[in-house]
Amino acid sequence: MGSDRPRTTTGTCWRFVVRQKEEFPEPSGRGLKGDIQDLGITAVEEVRAASVYYCAGSLSPGDLQRIARSLLVDPITQEAEIQELSLEKEGAAVSSEEIFRVEDGTVTVEVGYRPGVRDPVEESFKRGALELGIRGLQRVHTAVEYALKGRLDAGTVDRICEKLLVNPTIQQVVTPEHIRLLFQGVAPTPIPIESVPILQANDTVLQRIGMDYQLSLNLEEMRAIQAYYRQEKREPTLIELETLAQTWSEHCKHKTLRGPIVYTEETPSGPRKRTIPSLLKETIVKATEELARPWCVSVFEDNSGVIRFDEEYHVCFKVETHNHPSALEPFGGAATGIGGVIRDILGTGLGAKPVASTDVFCFAPPDTPPEKVPPGMLHPRRIIKGVVAGVKDYGNKMGIPTVNGSVLFDERFVGNPLVYCGNVGLLPKDKAVKEVRPGMAVVAVGGRTGRDGIHGATFSSIPLSQESEVISSTAVQIGDPITEKRLADALLEARDEGLYAAVTDCGAGGFSSAVGEMGAGCGVRIYLEKVPLKYEGLTPAEIWISESQERMVLAVPQANLERLIALFGRHGVEAAAIGEFTQTGRLELYHKTEMVGQLDMKFLHEGVPQVVRPARWTPPSLQEPVIPAAAELTGDLLTLLGRWETCSKEWIIRRYDHEVQGGSVLKPLTGVRHQGPSDAAVLRPRLDSKKGIILSNGINFRYGDIDPYWMAVLAVEEALRQVAAVGGSLDQAAILDNFCWGDPTRVEVLGSLVRAAFGCYDAAAAFGTPFISGKDSLHNEYRFQEKTIQIPGTLLISAIAVIPDAGAVVSMDAKKAGSALYLTGVTKAELGGSSYYHSKGFLGSSVPRVDLQKAPAILRLVSRSIREGMAIAAHDLSEGGLGVAAAEMAFAGGIGMSIDLREVVRQEGMRDDQILFSESPTRFLLEVPAEKEEAFRTLWKGHPCARIGRMEGIPVFRVTGLSGRQVVQAPLGTLQEAWQRPFQGW
Amino acid sequence: MAAAVKVAVLKGPGTNCDQETAFAFEQAGARPDFVWIEQLKENPAVLSGYQILAIPGGFTYGDDLGAGRLMANELTGRLKDALVDFLKQQKLVIGICNGFQVLVKAGILPGGAVGSPQEATLTFNDSGKFEDRWVYLRQEFNVCVWTQGMEELLELPVAHGEGKFVVKDQTVLEQLLGYGQIAFHYCDPQGNEAGYPWNPNGSVGAIAGICDPSGRIFGLMPHPERHMFALQHPRWQREGLAGPGQGLRIFRNGVEWVQKRG
Repeated sequence: MGSDRPRTTTGTCWRFVVRQKEEFPEPSGRGLKGDIQDLGITAVEEVRAASVYYCAGSLSPGDLQRIARSLLVDPITQEAEIQELSLEKEGAAVSSEEIFRVEDGTVTVEVGYRPGVRDPVEESFKRGALELGIRGLQRVHTAVEYALKGRLDAGTVDRICEKLLVNPTIQQVVTPEHIRLLFQGVAPTPIPIESVPILQANDTVLQRIGMDYQLSLNLEEMRAIQAYYRQEKREPTLIELETLAQTWSEHCKHKTLRGPIVYTEETPSGPRKRTIPSLLKETIVKATEELARPWCVSVFEDNSGVIRFDEEYHVCFKVETHNHPSALEPFGGAATGIGGVIRDILGTGLGAKPVASTDVFCFAPPDTPPEKVPPGMLHPRRIIKGVVAGVKDYGNKMGIPTVNGSVLFDERFVGNPLVYCGNVGLLPKDKAVKEVRPGMAVVAVGGRTGRDGIHGATFSSIPLSQESEVISSTAVQIGDPITEKRLADALLEARDEGLYAAVTDCGAGGFSSAVGEMGAGCGVRIYLEKVPLKYEGLTPAEIWISESQERMVLAVPQANLERLIALFGRHGVEAAAIGEFTQTGRLELYHKTEMVGQLDMKFLHEGVPQVVRPARWTPPSLQEPVIPAAAELTGDLLTLLGRWETCSKEWIIRRYDHEVQGGSVLKPLTGVRHQGPSDAAVLRPRLDSKKGIILSNGINFRYGDIDPYWMAVLAVEEALRQVAAVGGSLDQAAILDNFCWGDPTRVEVLGSLVRAAFGCYDAAAAFGTPFISGKDSLHNEYRFQEKTIQIPGTLLISAIAVIPDAGAVVSMDAKKAGSALYLTGVTKAELGGSSYYHSKGFLGSSVPRVDLQKAPAILRLVSRSIREGMAIAAHDLSEGGLGVAAAEMAFAGGIGMSIDLREVVRQEGMRDDQILFSESPTRFLLEVPAEKEEAFRTLWKGHPCARIGRMEGIPVFRVTGLSGRQVVQAPLGTLQEAWQRPFQGW
Repeated sequence: MAAAVKVAVLKGPGTNCDQETAFAFEQAGARPDFVWIEQLKENPAVLSGYQILAIPGGFTYGDDLGAGRLMANELTGRLKDALVDFLKQQKLVIGICNGFQVLVKAGILPGGAVGSPQEATLTFNDSGKFEDRWVYLRQEFNVCVWTQGMEELLELPVAHGEGKFVVKDQTVLEQLLGYGQIAFHYCDPQGNEAGYPWNPNGSVGAIAGICDPSGRIFGLMPHPERHMFALQHPRWQREGLAGPGQGLRIFRNGVEWVQKRG
C-alpha cells in the first residue's frame, strides 16, 4: 500500500470479513447446521458464519489496518480480510453467481439488512473507531457471511436462505446492487401534507378510505369521524386520521372489552340473553373494587398495576403480548415485546426499576410436519428458537432476570403463536404519582425515530394473513437493548433528581398514543420537526405514528429542561423538547411552522362510537372417551412426562440469566442437581431486606375448549395454587389477566371470551385476590386461501404475592427418605381437557371444576403447613396429575417414592389411570417428615388430605393400584430421562 | 480506625451487575462508588481516589464487535495513563464476567501490563449457548490476593455465552501455572477435573479465573457477587444453608488486603 493518507471515497467502500480460525468452534454456524437438517436437507456438511463489515469514509491504509486489528478481530481466535469494493457500477440485473459464490464444494451466501433498516452495530463501530483516533469513518453496514459446505444445488440454497438465513422483513441476500443502495441510499420521496376527502363520501367510499390507508377502522367509526369533520367544516389531514386510527385501535382502546355486548347463553332451558354495558367493568374491575384491598396502590390506571411492598417501596407488575410481530420476525418480535413491557414498568408512576421478567409462550408443536405449516408462516421450530433467542438477548442485556414462565403447544398456534412478556418493578413510594401541567415541555427521550413499526397498533388489531409479511414489512420493530439500558439508567437518575413530573412509554401508536394520552386532560402542541430522526425523509405522519423502540415521553417543567437534557446526554441518551402541554383541550401538530393537524382531545379520546357487539356461548356437544383399562401405567406416565408442555424447559431456562441482580431465592430449576421444575419464582428485590415476592402463572387453553368459564377459574386457581405451593400466603397476592382471543366480531369467539371473564370474576372474588392490571389481544387468527385458523381462546393469569420472609419458602424436590407423602384435595373423574386424554387423542367433556367454597381454605392450609415447617417439599398437581407431579418431585430430589392409590381421597368408582392422571384442581403433594406428622394431621383435620405414600431409600418410583398390584414401577433415571429428552440438543 | 476502602465500580453502557457488585463490596466493609466510563474519560484523575477498581458483569456496548472489546479499547486508549498509574501504586483490580473479558482483551490479564498484546481470550462456549448455571470451583496453589484462605471447593453461578478461556500458545499456559496465576479451576462436586457441564464452557485447563503475576489483578467468569447469601444458593433448603454465601470471602480478601497495607 502507498502513503498513509486518508482517501475520501464516495465511489468505493471497504469490506472487512472476520472469521473464526479453523481450530475454534463457531457456534452460530453449528446451530444453523442443525436447523438445516431440521428442514430435511442432509447435504450440508458444515456451516461457518463470519462477520462482514462494509465501511465508507475518509480512511487511510493505516486506519484500515487498525480497524481490523484493534477493533474487529480477537487475535487469539479470529482473522480478518480487507477488500476494496467499487460502488460505481450501476446495478444491472444481478446474476445468480453474484448472489451465491461457489468454490470447492462450498457455497457462500451473505445476508445483510435492507436499506433503511437501522443497523444495530453501526453506532458501536463508529464509537470504537473514534476511540482509536480514527475520525474519517462515515458509514458502516454489517452483514453475515455463511459458508455452506456440501453439494448443494441453487434450489436448495434458495430454500435455506428463505427458511433460515433471510428474514425478508428486515434482511436480504447481499448483492453488489444492495451495497450500492445501502451507501447511496434511496432518494426520499417527500409526501406533501395530505388531506383526505371524506366529507362527501358514502359508506362504500368511507370503507375504502379506511382500507387504502390501513386505518383498521370500521364503518361506524369512519362515520363518526366524518360527522366530526362535517362539524369542523373541513376535510381531515392524513395525520389526523392516523391519530384517530391509532387511538381508537383495539390495541389501545380495548373497545370490545370496554364496550357494550349483547350476550346470549344457550342453556338447557333455552337461550338466556343479557346486555353487558362493559365487560371489564362488570367482571375484572368489579372484583377489584369489591375487594378494596388497602395494599392496592394503583390498579388499571397507570402503565402497570401497583401494590405495596414495604415501608419504602411499592412493587408493580405488567404483562403484555407481542403475538403478531413474533409470528413474522420471532427474534425481533419477542425482543421488542420484552423491551415494551420493561418500558411499561419504567413508565409507571415516575419510573420503577425493573427487577424481574416473566414469559409465557404458546406455539405449534416443534414436530409439526412442514406441509402443515401454512404458506407465509415460519415453521414452529424456527419461531420457538427465534422467540427464545429474542427474550434471551433483550432480557440478559438489560440485566433483568427472567425468572418464571410456561410454554404450551397446540396445532392451532401454527399461524399465530402467543408471546406474553411480563415485567416487575420496584417503585419508591414518593415516586408513585405523575402530574402533567400546562406549560411543561414534552420531551422525547431514548432512541431516534425511524420508519420502523409503523401501523403496529392497527396491525395487531387485524388478523394475520398470508399477505401480512408484505403489508406489514414496516410493522416489525427492531430492538436495541443497550439503548434501552442507557435510557433506563438515565431515567431513574433523573427521577431521583426530580427533574420531570410525568413519564409514559412510547408503545403501540408511538408518539400519537403516548403524547395524546399524556395531554388528554389539558392539551398539547407538538413540533414534529424537533423529533430526532434516524434518517431524513419521514413524513410528519410517519414521525407521529412510528413505533421505533426504546423511546419514552416526559413532561418536564421548563426550569429543569436544560439539566434534564444534560443528564441524559451524560448517559449517551438523546433528550429533545418536541412541544409543550397547553390548556387548549386540543392536540395541535406542527411541522416547520405549518399546522399539519389538530383534533379536539375530547373527540380523540371519547369520540369512538360504541358498537354493540353480539356474543353467544353454546356449550359444545362433547363426549367422554372410552379408554380400555390397563394393568400397567408406567408407559402412560413416561409419555405424559415427555409431552412438549410438560417436559423439561431447561434449554430455555438456562439461556436466560435468571440470577442477575442477585435477588434469586427460588430458581426455576431446583433439586439435587437443579433439574426439577419449580412451581413459582421467589426473589428478594432488595438485597438488604428479607422481604420477598412470589411470581407464578396459570394457563391452559384446553379446558377452554370445553368451557371457557372453568378455564378462567382454573387459571386463577393454578396461579394462586403455585403461590401456595412454595409457601406464599394469599394475604397480599394480586393477579393480572391477559386475554388472547380470535376475531371478536365472530359471535362464538366473543361469547367464549365473555364466559371466561365471568370465571375471572367468580374466582377472584372467591379467593379474595384482586386484579391489578390486564390486557387483551384480539384478532389472533391466521387467514390463508379460503381458510382461517383461529387460536383457542387463551387466558393467562399471572400472580404476584408479597411475603414477609423470602427464606420461609420450600422447593418442590423431595428432600429425604423416610418422610411421608401427603396428597391434599379431592381427586375426581374430571379428565376433560387433560394431558392424559389429549395424549390418547381425546378432549373429553368433564372439565375440572374448582370448589370455590373450599379451595381458598386448602390453599391457606398448604401455605401454613410450609411456613410452620411441617412440609419440607411441596408440589402442585397440574398437567398429568398425581403421576407427573409425584415423579417430578421424586427425580428432582433423587429420592425414591412409593404411592398407594387406595389411600387417595377421591370420588367413588374411579380407575387407576383416572386417579393417577386426573387434573382435579386444588391438590398438592406435601412431604412431611415423621416428627411433624402428628402436628400436620391435626392441622388438616376435617379437610381432604391423606397420607398416600412415602419417600424411599432406593431410587425407584412405585405406584400400587386399587387392586393392590403395582401399576407403575420405574427407576428415577428413566422418569427423568423421559422428562428431559424432548428438548435435548436444542 | 482506618479510612474506608474506596472502590470504583466502573459502569459503561450495558453494564448490569453493578448494583450487586457494589453491594458485595459494602458487605465486605468497603465504600463503593459508581464511576461512569464517560466521566472517567473526561477526567481520568478521578481513578486515583480509589484503591480498588471493579469491572462488573454485563454486556458493555451490547457485546458489539466482541464481548468486552470496546471497553477494553477505552482502557488502553484514553484511560491508559491513569490505569498504569493506578497499577503502579499496587492497587487492586477485579473483573467479573464481562469485566474479565475486558481485562483479557485489554491485554491487562494475564501479564499485568495495560495494552500489552493479547495473550489469551474468552471465546464462545463449546455448547454454543449462553448458559446460566452453578459450577464448582477448586483452587490450587496461586498468588491471587483475592482468593486466599478460601474453602477448597466453592460454588458460584456462571451466566455467559463467551466464557471459554483460551491462550495464544502453550507457553502462556505454562507461565500461568508456573507463576501461580490460575485462581480457579472448574471441577465436579468431588473436586475432580471433568467435562461439560462441570466445565461449563470448555475452558482450556478448566480455567475459570486468573490473576496477574502480582496477584492483585483478578479476573473470573463466575459471579461471586451472586453468592453473598446462602439464600442465593440453589440448594439452600436441601442442605440447610444459612447466613453469608461463599462469594463474600473474595470481596473481603480484597478489602482486607488494602486495609492491611494501610
